[in-house]
Amino acid sequence: MPSELYDVIIIGAGVVGSLIARALARYEARILLLDKASDVGEGTTKANTAIVHAGYDAKPGSLKAKLNVAGNALFDQVCGELDVAFERCGTYVVATSPEETATLHTLYERGRENGVPGLHLLSAEEMRRREPAITPHVAGALWAETGGIVDPFALCYAAAENAVTNGVRLLLETEAIGWLKEDHRIAGVITNRGLFRGRWFVIAAGLWADDLLHRAGLDGFAITPRKGEYFVLDREAAQQVRSVLFPCPTPISKGILVTRTIHGNVMLGPNAQDVTDKEDLRTTPEGLEEVMTGALKLVPGLERRHIIRTFAGLRATGNTGDFYIAQPPEAPGLIVLAGIESPGLTASPAIAEYVVEMLREAGLRLAERRDYNPIRKGTPRFADLSDAEREALIAQDPRWGRIICRCEMVTEAEVVAACHAPIPARTYDALKRRTRIGTGRCQGGFDTPLVLNIMARELGLSPLEITQKGGASRMVVRHTKDPLQGKEGER
Amino acid sequence: MKALSCDVLVIGGGPAGLAAAVSAREAGAEEIILLERNNELGGILPQCIHTGFGVRVFGQDLSGPEYAWRWIRRAREADLRLLSETMVLSLSPERRVIATNSRDGLLEISARAIVLAMGCRERPRGALSIPGTRPAGVYTAGTAQRLVNIEGYMPGERFVILGSGDIGMIMARRLTLEGATVVEVLEIQPYLSGLRRNLVQCIRDFGIPLSLCTTVTEVRGRDRVEAVVASQVDAQWRPIAGTERIIPCDTLLLSVGLIPENEISRMAGVPIDPVTGGPYVDQDFSTRLPGIYAAGNVVHVYDLVDDVTESALRAGRCAARFAQQGTKERGPGVRTEAGENVRYVVPHTLYAEALAEEPITLHLRVRQPIERAVRLEATLGGRVLASRRLRYVRPGEMASLVLPSEAAPHLAAAREGDALRIRVIA
Ligand SMILES: Cc1cc2nc3c(=O)[nH]c(=O)nc-3n(C[C@H](O)[C@H](O)[C@H](O)COP(=O)(O)OP(=O)(O)OC[C@H]3O[C@@H](n4cnc5c(N)ncnc54)[C@H](O)[C@@H]3O)c2cc1C
Ligand SMILES: Cc1cc2nc3c(=O)[nH]c(=O)nc-3n(C[C@H](O)[C@H](O)[C@H](O)COP(=O)(O)OP(=O)(O)OC[C@H]3O[C@@H](n4cnc5c(N)ncnc54)[C@H](O)[C@@H]3O)c2cc1C
Repeated sequence: MPSELYDVIIIGAGVVGSLIARALARYEARILLLDKASDVGEGTTKANTAIVHAGYDAKPGSLKAKLNVAGNALFDQVCGELDVAFERCGTYVVATSPEETATLHTLYERGRENGVPGLHLLSAEEMRRREPAITPHVAGALWAETGGIVDPFALCYAAAENAVTNGVRLLLETEAIGWLKEDHRIAGVITNRGLFRGRWFVIAAGLWADDLLHRAGLDGFAITPRKGEYFVLDREAAQQVRSVLFPCPTPISKGILVTRTIHGNVMLGPNAQDVTDKEDLRTTPEGLEEVMTGALKLVPGLERRHIIRTFAGLRATGNTGDFYIAQPPEAPGLIVLAGIESPGLTASPAIAEYVVEMLREAGLRLAERRDYNPIRKGTPRFADLSDAEREALIAQDPRWGRIICRCEMVTEAEVVAACHAPIPARTYDALKRRTRIGTGRCQGGFDTPLVLNIMARELGLSPLEITQKGGASRMVVRHTKDPLQGKEGER
Repeated sequence: MKALSCDVLVIGGGPAGLAAAVSAREAGAEEIILLERNNELGGILPQCIHTGFGVRVFGQDLSGPEYAWRWIRRAREADLRLLSETMVLSLSPERRVIATNSRDGLLEISARAIVLAMGCRERPRGALSIPGTRPAGVYTAGTAQRLVNIEGYMPGERFVILGSGDIGMIMARRLTLEGATVVEVLEIQPYLSGLRRNLVQCIRDFGIPLSLCTTVTEVRGRDRVEAVVASQVDAQWRPIAGTERIIPCDTLLLSVGLIPENEISRMAGVPIDPVTGGPYVDQDFSTRLPGIYAAGNVVHVYDLVDDVTESALRAGRCAARFAQQGTKERGPGVRTEAGENVRYVVPHTLYAEALAEEPITLHLRVRQPIERAVRLEATLGGRVLASRRLRYVRPGEMASLVLPSEAAPHLAAAREGDALRIRVIA
């Protein structure tokens, strides 16, 4: 197999790599998508704010500005084709002092310059009417009609699934560790699973893009991980928040926001803290406190008792201030996407098209496939169905009648479907991202024992082999009544 | 959709639901349906394979499964309609329930009276916002108990247990017996949150260290838990800098509280007491919605199953009576009120007529432990209606006080706004 020649090898199956794979799947081309993790979307794609930004933040003329606005416009189509939850609920930047209203004007003007449609400046009264729980200090707001919220995991695995069903090969737990150079051109990628040869290599490795560049002998670009921490609140808190509320931005970030999520929870965050380790996803007492303080400035009525989870994500902050999407002349054959920090999720559909055009211009022959199918249908969510639809499904398959996750109302049929999807859920976290199992207020307390058994049965594994997120993250370690197993030196 | 109707519908097949259904039958209700989402009846009890159940109800020290079995047998004998693996999805204030299972699909059940008996769930890690990484190996104690006792799997080898709740302490012993190491039990408060007997039998007897005023301030480990950082806390539960200790372990078990499971009750608009997390109830365990009763841990978290059973017997009987007779017009009743060192009292409302028929047991939890003799007192407008001496009071151990029927005339004479005040006199 390693001797097979691919037209394009994409390294990194985050939202960016997955959408590129899908965009290329439209053509007669041999495509390979690699990721070192046990599932697609395990990088920054799984830990961000999930906002589809309107596009008023980025500096006019930058790639960020251009791809943000273009990406935003593509969301209805992409999410429609891929059956991904997306809602253009509109976003607000809230000024909490008269001085801050000047910032709103700046953003408004910048947005106009970037070509963002549907921007409006709102009075404090109007903002209070729209979001009654907003701080009494509100002094005005910028409303961006085109802003929205999306399920970022779903966008990623749906795109990857659609790519796979259209012929893209996906290899997980496959890490790029070096390059094969032939005749001054990159001719192959060396991985823990051997060498894969190809004509073009797209680096969509998020935080690790600079490392892969270094390995190709390119040193100019550096990524500093910048951590953002979050709280997820119970649905009950959603009574306080109808849409997406940003504070006025600071020079380094868009600030700590309060947002409803596409699944009806409320999310608070992120703060911004530079770290050194690209795997440092720890939450910290200081960070969480900063987030809570920030969020309370916007919505003072938020309650700590609604907290159900905390997490952190790492922004792949580059040293140029803009997305770096290029074909470095020193390493022909490479296309690099680096520094894809926010608004990278929003821009991702536009980035994918941009990369296809780069490849076409660089000489990759792209003939449309006749059998390409852009449509992907997800498994229905029992929780979202009407009673009649539920009845019909249970009549077809009784497993639709068995609830496995009580808080999010996920049925056995959904778990089974995820285990047999084009990209099967092989870990608990992968299942969670696909079905929402374990994401509610009990956080898996009820479903875990049930899920272990169902996953084991469906995947042909023992519960002892089921992990939370690959690697050494086993959920149970041995049978009972077998005390010696697993103890060193006693066997 | 399959439509059913019945006199009494019980939601939840734990000890509370079983007792309520059996007593509804004994009180003459005809069609009784019990819905349970698990594939077995008995609620939490099948996984509680230790003893300590039923000393009062049966005069015998039974294990959880044995205690459950006795009630399951009674329920079978009472010829109820028992639907297991059936989950209630919604409840309306008109007492219409939508439930689902794989055999019947969706069911719509109209009931004359309903008993809520959904039990409680555990507080997860997120509720505490413990900072650090998010590896595999963080479980609530009850989930671990199910994994070990029902599924036969060990969730880890080296455990730290956060919280001195009963499930945590019982699991400390259980895991030790399975050959695992329980390194330490940590409790943020200066006192135990579970029963003293569990401290003796499950912790001390096995030489497991217990640290009070201590909590976990960080979880470490990438794939699986590798260690936790424990810190001492001050009186406001703030970690004290410099007291951090790194405790290597592969699993963190949480036994940090139980929350009555009232999602369905909320859906119907049943008013919920923010202190107990359960519905406001009167002495008959009627919620504030007519015809909807509540029993067991769904009302407030009990320590002992015997109290659950006794309260559920009353709830079931009263639900049957409601199904037969409907609502009686009655006034607002007399409120109970938590006085000095009392965190809450259940029931929340009392009626003189009911008290005249039979005594009422008040259940309460105290705020602070007092390790010497105290008096528990219920007063109405300055008059003592009941009082009792206790050798000690502890937040982890529910206390009770019986209001005798002789007090009924005083309740009847209470003026609007008067409350029966329960307090601990040190
Ligand atoms: C705190 C925070 C908030 C954000 N909020 C928003 C927002 O609201 N809206 C928005 O539009 N954007 C937001 N973003 C940005 C957005 O999340 C990212 O731009 C986007 O997810 C980037 O996707 P990606 O595919 O480039 O990277 P990733 O998702 O990180 O994917 C990279 C993949 O490459 C794999 N990989 C890395 N190295 C190798 C290797 N050597 N071999 C094989 N595989 C490898 C990784 O495993 C990973 O799966 C936010 C980002 C952060 C951190
Ligand atoms: C670890 C542990 C140790 C204990 N040790 C002792 C002891 O030694 N001695 C003692 O006396 N007591 C002990 N107890 C306490 C006693 O077990 C509980 O108080 C008792 O089980 C509570 O009964 P319940 O019926 O209210 O709740 P549960 O037993 O929790 O039963 C509730 C039932 O409702 C079902 N349900 C919930 N929602 C729905 C829905 N939507 N649709 C259908 N069904 C639903 C649940 O599946 C469950 O079966 C212990 C408890 C635990 C957890």
